[in-house]
Amino acid sequence: MTLSIKKVQETAYLARIAMSDAELNRCHHEIEQIFTLIDQLQAVDTKGITPLAHPQASQQRTVADKVTESDQHEKFQALAPAKQLDYYLVPQVIE
Amino acid sequence: MHFKSLTELKLALHKKEVSSHELVSHYLKRIERFNPQLNAFITVTGESALQEAQKADTLRARDPENAPPLLGLPMAHKDLFCTDGVKTSCASKMLDNFIAPYDATVVTKCRDTGLITLGKTNMDEFAMGSSNENSFYGPVLNPWNTDYVPGGSSGGSAAAVAAGLVPAATGTDTGGSIRQPAALCGLTGLKPTYGRVSRYGMVAFASSLDQGGPFAKSAEDVALLLNAMAGFDERDSTSLNVPVEDYTQHLNRSIAGLKIGLPKEYFSHVSGPMQKTLEEALKVLEKLGATLVEISLPHADLAIPTYYVLAPAECSSNLSRYDGVRYGYRCENPRDLNDLYLRSRGEGFGTEVKRRILIGTYVLSAGYYDAYYLQAQKTRQLIKQDFDEAFKKVDAIASPTTPTPAFKIGEKVSDPVTMYQCDIYTLALNLAGLPGLSMPAGFINGLPVGLQLMGHYMQESKLLNIAHQYQCHSDWHQQHPTAME
Repeated sequence: MTLSIKKVQETAYLARIAMSDAELNRCHHEIEQIFTLIDQLQAVDTKGITPLAHPQASQQRTVADKVTESDQHEKFQALAPAKQLDYYLVPQVIE
Repeated sequence: MHFKSLTELKLALHKKEVSSHELVSHYLKRIERFNPQLNAFITVTGESALQEAQKADTLRARDPENAPPLLGLPMAHKDLFCTDGVKTSCASKMLDNFIAPYDATVVTKCRDTGLITLGKTNMDEFAMGSSNENSFYGPVLNPWNTDYVPGGSSGGSAAAVAAGLVPAATGTDTGGSIRQPAALCGLTGLKPTYGRVSRYGMVAFASSLDQGGPFAKSAEDVALLLNAMAGFDERDSTSLNVPVEDYTQHLNRSIAGLKIGLPKEYFSHVSGPMQKTLEEALKVLEKLGATLVEISLPHADLAIPTYYVLAPAECSSNLSRYDGVRYGYRCENPRDLNDLYLRSRGEGFGTEVKRRILIGTYVLSAGYYDAYYLQAQKTRQLIKQDFDEAFKKVDAIASPTTPTPAFKIGEKVSDPVTMYQCDIYTLALNLAGLPGLSMPAGFINGLPVGLQLMGHYMQESKLLNIAHQYQCHSDWHQQHPTAME
């Protein structure tokens, strides 16, 4: 398949990854090569095959609906790049 | 002392020929001497290791009968296992400042068995790579020849054990990241059945494929380590609630009568010295009474394209958590929230990680989901069914671990497709969730070659039995790089 550089640019934005023009050009070229590899899958007849999302076919285990963790927000928030009181700080969103 | 196996060191501690403090001090000196050259460690936790060693010696002196099984033995963790209070970087600029606030279950279990952590090992960023050249902290070099890669993504762990900087280490294997570096560094490395080892606290790359496991010199050592690492964990929703057996129990069993399958699709690619080396190894298994049977895995050629749709898709989802808000790297002076996300992720991730996130985002996006993601899930089913059929006929499957021995640093770094081909023999196993190990099977031009053994679900014990019997009749696993003496 042909993948346009515009499509790669859109995808980078969708993934929220800023890229310079040079980086985008290199990435576009490499992704095109990788899709040549991936496109082999298109030729495979998979009619009637059940998709396998996970190696364990069994149902997910359920757990009791009760609190098991203690409040450690201070420990976790110590890792934040910017915080104030008990809040994570981000640039202003609402005017 | 530093090239002794974990089993030998365990005995030496038990016989009081050496103390844990002496052992840990010795390995720390080795790390100080050789790590500047190899770049195998990102973080060395020398002070806490010496304190723990002192405690281990006291405990052993006080109550030797009740000492935990691996008390006082040194090891290292791949830097994607969370370690409470210690940097856990995943070899990424994104997590260069991340001090994990809790321990991974694997870390806790290793500590409970008495193992002492000497540090955190280098790796490909977020475990994405086959050469350990994708690290924010620079490439790891192969101790057998420092012009060559150690393999990836757990290259730091493999290089550290091969160079005698630690006798054991953990790794993770999403598409071959334990087995491939084990092969290229002359070690025994095991990827357990998906769900056998807890993923709690293991930084996620592709959640339906990731599995932690051990590196060591021998199958006997790996069995000891798997005893420590394996087990059900309530905190991992995909953990298998199956009792843990003693993986050392069947090591000495005869392998006479076992049927070992050789997939024709794998061996048809192998020629020259690689073919000769593997044939010699297989002859040893045959002499021990195993029967070699040609088998077919008809969809083997679909493993690479299937993997490079599914792994990036899962990675794009898992790595969306790195947003520069709660932890990790944040760009300078963001204009607004969108700019914060865009630049934090653009500046924080390396080239290979960004490439995989983009591929994953693309194959999951509207209009492409069915053609790529869903189709890859169906081909994954075909690959799994191949193994199901094969294991009706054989007890285990043998194959090369890698197409070639280690390649030169920089040789494939600019060509991702060629790099991805390095995983040709290892990826299928992860897609099916099966266990596999790589063991040393010889050398080509002074570089180690690995033989891969694959098993059916929860058949780790059988693989370790075959590998141990092979190692009782070969000495490749006892070789060490003379430049690291």
